[in-house]
Amino acid sequence: MMIILSIAIVFCGFQAISSTRLLSATLWLMVVSALVATLLYRLGAWQLAVIELSVGAGLVTVLMVFAITMVGDERWMPKSGSVMLWGVIILSILLLIVITVPTKTNASPFNSTKLATILWQDRGLDAVAQIALMFAGVLGVLGILSLHHTQSAHKLKDKNMPEMPPTTKNLQL
Amino acid sequence: MSPELAGFFTAWLLLGIGLYGLIATRHLLVVIIALQMMVKAAMLMLVVAGKLNNQLALAQSIAITVLVADTMAVVIGLAFTVRVKTQFGTLDIDQIINTEG
Repeated sequence: MMIILSIAIVFCGFQAISSTRLLSATLWLMVVSALVATLLYRLGAWQLAVIELSVGAGLVTVLMVFAITMVGDERWMPKSGSVMLWGVIILSILLLIVITVPTKTNASPFNSTKLATILWQDRGLDAVAQIALMFAGVLGVLGILSLHHTQSAHKLKDKNMPEMPPTTKNLQL
Repeated sequence: MSPELAGFFTAWLLLGIGLYGLIATRHLLVVIIALQMMVKAAMLMLVVAGKLNNQLALAQSIAITVLVADTMAVVIGLAFTVRVKTQFGTLDIDQIINTEG
């Protein structure tokens, strides 16, 4: 079961990168998120699995589809990888394996601390920082999009307004 | 195969795929998708390391922080993508650099 899940995640991930249409790539990414959430659930991290499913597979997919409708679902051709590129990728994976394999330490076998205790008490400041980050992100996006609308409105106004004679301009002033 | 080994195996390969997407593609939206995949790999590794060390709750809380930061990065990245498309008419990084240069 676990090996099938792992292979499915890797397959969908590769499809997301090599797909030639943006919408297909987004949908493959959504499947990757859902399968990663399943794997997290099987690992025992069920709270994180629920958040990953709702945010990773839900919110991010909706945002990406919204962005694709704005920019257009254009086709793109992935570049063929050179030998050096594959070498760099394989070297990175090998380095990661070397770093992550000896993760097991002599930890205490009893650890009854709950996620809520850690999240809201031990790491309470981080929770506040996360909320601030969310508001900063929302304000940043609103700023970027409102700037775009303001520029478009100015262009439209300049295009529609006929050039007035100088006397009329002076009267108005 | 144990869930921990499956988690590590998936994380290694997902990170490799994300790295490939980040280096090989020149499309802004696909770069965001590749970054998403790398973040998922990092999150998986955090959870597996937490489970192996019997610190799953701590690992989950850190992974939630990573998820929030990643979502904000995606939101801002998508907003920039829309702006770039309206400004330059393309999302190809090479073409944008040529237009700007």
